[in-house]
Amino acid sequence: MLIRPKAGILDPQGEAVERALPALGFQGAVNVHVGRMVELDVADPARLGEMCERLLANPLIEDYEVQLLGES
Amino acid sequence: MRFGVIQFPGSCDERDALAAASRVADAHMIWHGDNDLGGADAIIVPGGFSYGDYLRAGAIARFSPAMDAVIEFAESGGLVLGICNGFQVLCEAKLLPGALLPNANLRFTCRQVNVEVLYAGGPFTRGCTIGELLSIPAKHSWGRWYADDATLERMDANGQFALRYAAGENFNGSLHDIAGVCNERGNVFGLMPHPEHAVDGLVGGSTDGLTFFRSMRESVEGDA
Repeated sequence: MLIRPKAGILDPQGEAVERALPALGFQGAVNVHVGRMVELDVADPARLGEMCERLLANPLIEDYEVQLLGES
Repeated sequence: MRFGVIQFPGSCDERDALAAASRVADAHMIWHGDNDLGGADAIIVPGGFSYGDYLRAGAIARFSPAMDAVIEFAESGGLVLGICNGFQVLCEAKLLPGALLPNANLRFTCRQVNVEVLYAGGPFTRGCTIGELLSIPAKHSWGRWYADDATLERMDANGQFALRYAAGENFNGSLHDIAGVCNERGNVFGLMPHPEHAVDGLVGGSTDGLTFFRSMRESVEGDA
């Protein structure tokens, strides 16, 4: 699950990273946002969205995206 | 009148909250694993770092057995005060509108702040006057209160903005300088600054924090 700050909400962490990149010579990176990733194994992925809604993300301030990586 | 103070693993201001409440009434501690509020007439959800602030501040604490009892208590009209991490827990539990985000300055900040009373009346600020400034310490890194436009509009119409940081004191970047909000019904209140640390003139910088605990006692005893 990829969890990101919702568009339009101030993301000071993303801004700080965006300011730090040019200082290291990485020019041209814009719209930097920092979120988090939750990785888990589950037999039935049917309830992953509900998991995000209720605990892993706060839908008031964050968007989430579920990525299924198949069996490992 | 009895206050109950919830204690989570990682709480750190529960003893000050208990001591502050004890100045105006009886008070007892409630362990997060207990589903029973022990006959408390009002609940304080204290500051700290419940469950290590893992995932998001307050996200895990919100599902503790004691919080199930607090939600039920609040829904039946009981008074609930959330301070700092307690405010975050109450937002995560949907007892209060909005959410708290990392401070805009990205720093843990600890300082005495002046907050202005926007709503004087109701169970938490009945002892205040509108426009009064209260000097209370604030110390947090996740205090930027946020709500979407529709929520803000609804809250404004209902008079749910109880406290705001005085001019120039909003270090965390909260929308409209909001420092404390209540729910629509007015029986749940949360704020980022710490009134429980401002109850003793010798060590608190001021005793302005007492007003919230006194107001709660008067509300409960007045209703009895």
